Amino acid sequence: MHSIAAPVARPVSLWRKIVDHGATAFAIGTAVLVLVPLLAIFVYLLIKGIGSLNWAFLTQLPKPVGEEGGGMANAIVGSGVILFIASAIGIPLGIGSGIYLAEYGRNRFGDIVRFTADVLNGVPSIVIGIAAYSLVVVPQKHFSALSGGIALGIMMVPTVARATEEMLLMVPNSIREAAFGLGIPKWRTTLSITLRTASAGVITGCMLAFARVAGETAPLLFTAFGNQFWNFNPNQPTAALPLQIFVYAISPFDEWHKQAWAGALILIVLIVGAVAAVRVTVSRGNLKGA
Amino acid sequence: MNPPQPLGELPKPVTSIPALAKVDAGRKGPVATSVLAKIRQSHPRSSRMPDAVFRLVVILTAVSVFAIVVLVVWELIAKSQLSLHRFGIKFFFGKEWDPVNDNFGALPFVYGTLVSSFLALLLAVPLSVGVAVFITEMCPQGLRSIISFLVELLAAIPSVIYGLWAIFVLAPLLRDYVEPLLAKTLGWTGLFTGPAYGLGMLAAGIILAIMIVPIIASITREVLVAVPQNQREAVLALGATRWEMIRVGVLRNARIGIVGGVILGLGRALGETMAVTMVIGNRPDITKSLFAPGYTMASVIANEFSEATGDMYLSALIEIGLALFIVTLIVNALARLLVWTITGGQTARANA
Repeated sequence: MHSIAAPVARPVSLWRKIVDHGATAFAIGTAVLVLVPLLAIFVYLLIKGIGSLNWAFLTQLPKPVGEEGGGMANAIVGSGVILFIASAIGIPLGIGSGIYLAEYGRNRFGDIVRFTADVLNGVPSIVIGIAAYSLVVVPQKHFSALSGGIALGIMMVPTVARATEEMLLMVPNSIREAAFGLGIPKWRTTLSITLRTASAGVITGCMLAFARVAGETAPLLFTAFGNQFWNFNPNQPTAALPLQIFVYAISPFDEWHKQAWAGALILIVLIVGAVAAVRVTVSRGNLKGA
Repeated sequence: MNPPQPLGELPKPVTSIPALAKVDAGRKGPVATSVLAKIRQSHPRSSRMPDAVFRLVVILTAVSVFAIVVLVVWELIAKSQLSLHRFGIKFFFGKEWDPVNDNFGALPFVYGTLVSSFLALLLAVPLSVGVAVFITEMCPQGLRSIISFLVELLAAIPSVIYGLWAIFVLAPLLRDYVEPLLAKTLGWTGLFTGPAYGLGMLAAGIILAIMIVPIIASITREVLVAVPQNQREAVLALGATRWEMIRVGVLRNARIGIVGGVILGLGRALGETMAVTMVIGNRPDITKSLFAPGYTMASVIANEFSEATGDMYLSALIEIGLALFIVTLIVNALARLLVWTITGGQTARANA
């Protein structure tokens, strides 16, 4: 008597099971291993940072070596000035070229601009610093917040431009056509309707660009240069938070190390705050891919 | 926008609209044409002027982006002429870095950059591919967005904070535990010999690895997601285990994109400045041991640029910057090309 052989699946061999579990364990292990430094960095920032953070740190000037206390008030304000200049340069340029790429840039020149923006995005920040040095600092013959702001502003452009282009392209053409149908000129359509519709995504891009340059140190080394005193003149050497952290971290003084941790805590709160805000707006709105 | 009109048959201007005519029927005075006239009045043909101006402004910003890059390249080339002419190609093979006698060779920096970046890739590639596989293929749905957010957060930490952490946490850890262990077990290779300072090539490689993991992981994740679902189903239907499915169905399909992500990570590692400068030890020596201090192209610029006296010194530093620019340009272009072939440009151009 013949029975019809049922198609029985070959049992998975022990070796294949072991390899499978091994791979799973490896993947989980890598996830843990990647998150350990993240956790360690935040824990240390909190412990060491909060320990050295006080009112004086936020309101006073740096004290000379050997003296207790003092703060980074001038560096915090200086970073604000530099980042303001950077945003004033990077955001309009980025949004403008993003509009160009999305609304007019389906041509050869558009491709060139897209490529150069990509190139700019990949240029090491220290090289941007060299360029800002020889373009602004050398002709002026002195370091300044302005040159630092220009360096950081240039670094913001590609991120903002890309985000603007992508977001504008997501706006359905029917909206543009509806506006044209009402007799609204193109410039008005682009600014008040297309850009407005895409505004959440564009703002996200600007925030990400801001967060990216807020912690940049390398391009400021020989542009903003740093300053131990108050300076509100954007045309003079200016202290910046990341610069001050760098100088204090590599110094041999314990008191300065403490200050560096406190400064780092403030910097990370600023940046992670911006990134988290972006994350919340993105997940709340219906914008994807930001 | 306008459909092409055959010449000589231009559309006649509308003089009345039936619907509006009905509305106006009850009123005195001119009929619907008044409404049309009003529209014409408020939006005369001259409204093309602002359009042209707007277009010009937008084009100018785009041109300025292009101009900035050209200007950056131009400055780098122009300001490095002195050193380019004096040393030529020998610049990158000379071991001497002697500012006092104006004798410059960049080999120790090139070596340091290559070794630290290579070390970083060696550590980061398995980690980031593992994380990406975990996130896309294994992770429970609820955990997925949390882990990818945390990995993204790693990318948001500024370089200088990595450096700070590496000086005060990582380096002592390496000095007291990791390096003695490595020296004992792998000392025979010659890579792990000499005094354990903590600060040195190994520390730089590790901190760079932590910094490039989010880049490689996020690209790899995008590439893995782009692998069609039916590839996975097909391999599973053949009786594969999950790992075999991932290996045959997913990783094999995505390998070009992953290589692209790795190269993009390399680009970042080559140009990374602050964290490396803070831990690598900053000594222009070429040593086999990873415990020894080194120097990279980016960190020599960071350390010496603002105190470079003498035109030749400055020019030599700018030439290093130029080399860094060219190398990262090539590396990034290569990476984008590879990633694009896999994802079809989706990541970079949403719906171009």
